[in-house]
Amino acid sequence: MPVQVYDLSIPPFQIRLETDISLVSDSIEKLYSKENLLIGNENQFFDFHIKVTTPTLYRKYFRPQAQFFSDGKAPFKPLPISQAYPFFEWGLNWCIASYTYQYLILHAAVIEKNNQAIILPGKPGAGKSTLCAALVCSGWRLLSDEMAVIDLQTLELLPVVRPVSLKNESIEIISEFAPDAEFGDTFFDTAKGVVSHLKPPEESMKNNRRRAKAHTIIFPQFTSQADMKLTKKSRAETVLELARNSFNYSVLGQQGFDVLCELVTEINCFEFEYSSLDEAIKQFETLIEKK
Amino acid sequence: MTPPEDILLIQAIRQPEKTLSFKLDGWDILIRQARSAGVLTRLGLLLSEHHLLNKIPQQPLNHLKSAIVYFEQFEYTVAWEIKQIQEVLNKQNIPFVLLKGAAYHQAKNKAGAGRVFSDIDILVKREQLGEVEKVFLTSGWLFDKTNSYDQDYYRKWMHELPPLRHFKRGTSLDIHHNLVPLTSKVCPDVKKLWMQAETVKGGILVLSPADRVIHSAVHLFYDGEYEHGFRDISDIDLLLREFSKDEKFWKSLISRSTELGLKEPVCYALRYCYYFLKTPVPKDVLNLVVKQHGEIRWAIMDFLFKRALLPNHSTCQDRWNDLAIFVLYIRGHLLRMPLYLLIPHLLRKGWMRLSGKAGH
Repeated sequence: MPVQVYDLSIPPFQIRLETDISLVSDSIEKLYSKENLLIGNENQFFDFHIKVTTPTLYRKYFRPQAQFFSDGKAPFKPLPISQAYPFFEWGLNWCIASYTYQYLILHAAVIEKNNQAIILPGKPGAGKSTLCAALVCSGWRLLSDEMAVIDLQTLELLPVVRPVSLKNESIEIISEFAPDAEFGDTFFDTAKGVVSHLKPPEESMKNNRRRAKAHTIIFPQFTSQADMKLTKKSRAETVLELARNSFNYSVLGQQGFDVLCELVTEINCFEFEYSSLDEAIKQFETLIEKK
Repeated sequence: MTPPEDILLIQAIRQPEKTLSFKLDGWDILIRQARSAGVLTRLGLLLSEHHLLNKIPQQPLNHLKSAIVYFEQFEYTVAWEIKQIQEVLNKQNIPFVLLKGAAYHQAKNKAGAGRVFSDIDILVKREQLGEVEKVFLTSGWLFDKTNSYDQDYYRKWMHELPPLRHFKRGTSLDIHHNLVPLTSKVCPDVKKLWMQAETVKGGILVLSPADRVIHSAVHLFYDGEYEHGFRDISDIDLLLREFSKDEKFWKSLISRSTELGLKEPVCYALRYCYYFLKTPVPKDVLNLVVKQHGEIRWAIMDFLFKRALLPNHSTCQDRWNDLAIFVLYIRGHLLRMPLYLLIPHLLRKGWMRLSGKAGH
């Protein structure tokens, strides 16, 4: 395939992606929208120059591989070509985490309704992305399923609207939960198991620059068969756990600590155990109605 | 090859005000060149010093500010690491001299502002190496390379111990007892360096200003690795500008480098600093530099260094770049050790890599 160039606008970032792998361009065209495409205008600044291509001619034909380049440099070992698209998404996460210190970035999903955003920090496997996908398919606005980007001055949450990455059983759970949801291709045998991406709803896409204010922080934990349980979590504990789950807290030093403390001051923090998505969503609706 | 004045990064460093006329696509290239060359923070601090930061478009500004935020944390960490190293060596009253990036930081040199590095380098006395090794190994530091070939190679031929790493903090520490390998023809009398070392903040020793420049030049022009060549030439440029506020500095630099038998790398440093960054080296000093080699030798060296020292970014390179880097890599090895030692060493390393026994 000839090299395709995508000039992507994923606020607050602009990305130039070059690829000659059709698996990547197919997924980009399926999962991103026309709002993401920068058209015309030669005079552009790109935060990241990404290339996903076969590392050598030999690897184009023999056990083909894909390599991720950030401005000509390869920070990772190549992966089998079947994983070329998830490689782009992971690589982009790496670029953002490595070069973005003007915001505090937490590893968390963020969704919003009625201008009230909920932050869902999550350990891997806790069900943060599944819950996030279900909420997004039920009328909540997606800000991000991967990173809570916090403005250091105003403490607002910035959206980084990208496809929601779902793993293993979650893929089936969400396609049953929301039969109309649009999915990209399914990728098998990745480092995280089976991976597929949910296309963000149009409403979230259209509002992909609108910031939101944090209303609640919820640490979700999916436990099958468990009764739903919402337990208050102390602010101090929340700050410490968020710091552990941050991409760049250690770089921001004192400022990072101050921002986290201020973030939790006026809001409620909970641990949340759930087994049913329907129940969970009802609970979320009640939470934002309360105030 | 790309003339330096065509490179946006070099334009910006020579004349920071010039960035005011850059369009967004120019900034796109400038930020990438600066990041690849390892001088993004240095560029940010330079623009800030010229009160230009508030005139920069938001997108490139984000990257400069991010780099500065990262650097502030880095400086804090470096200060802490230096203190830790000092405490370990103080236990046994072992003197040491801080070298390179860490020394620029501690001496508050201009070259230290925005300079990020991954290893801390120190110089200790050769006769105390055993003691130094023991005190570090019992204070939480471990060797990175543990296979016996690498360990023996460093000890027998090199000017440093195999690199140490702190088991918890991951900091990497290089312990030198000379500036160049013992096998090199130009190995200087290290006692002379110790004699002129000076004390800076925290009671820490660093090399004298002239020796700091000489060491930087030796490292850049004899080592054979040019990934950060542009940053290193910029380091030397900043050191020269800072130290030459005292006019006598140029003369003392030349005489000191002659005394140590290291005039050649200093000549390279002066020539290429002037070529890339218009360092204010006096005319008579530049004339002295030219006399170091004949015309043909200079033509060859220019072919190599005027490419290898460009910012390491695709927008700066021509088709001869890889060749120049390769030739200099081989040259670096030849300068480090004579062929009868080098060839068996490279064969051995190659075999270890192929058979998967490499230490890393």
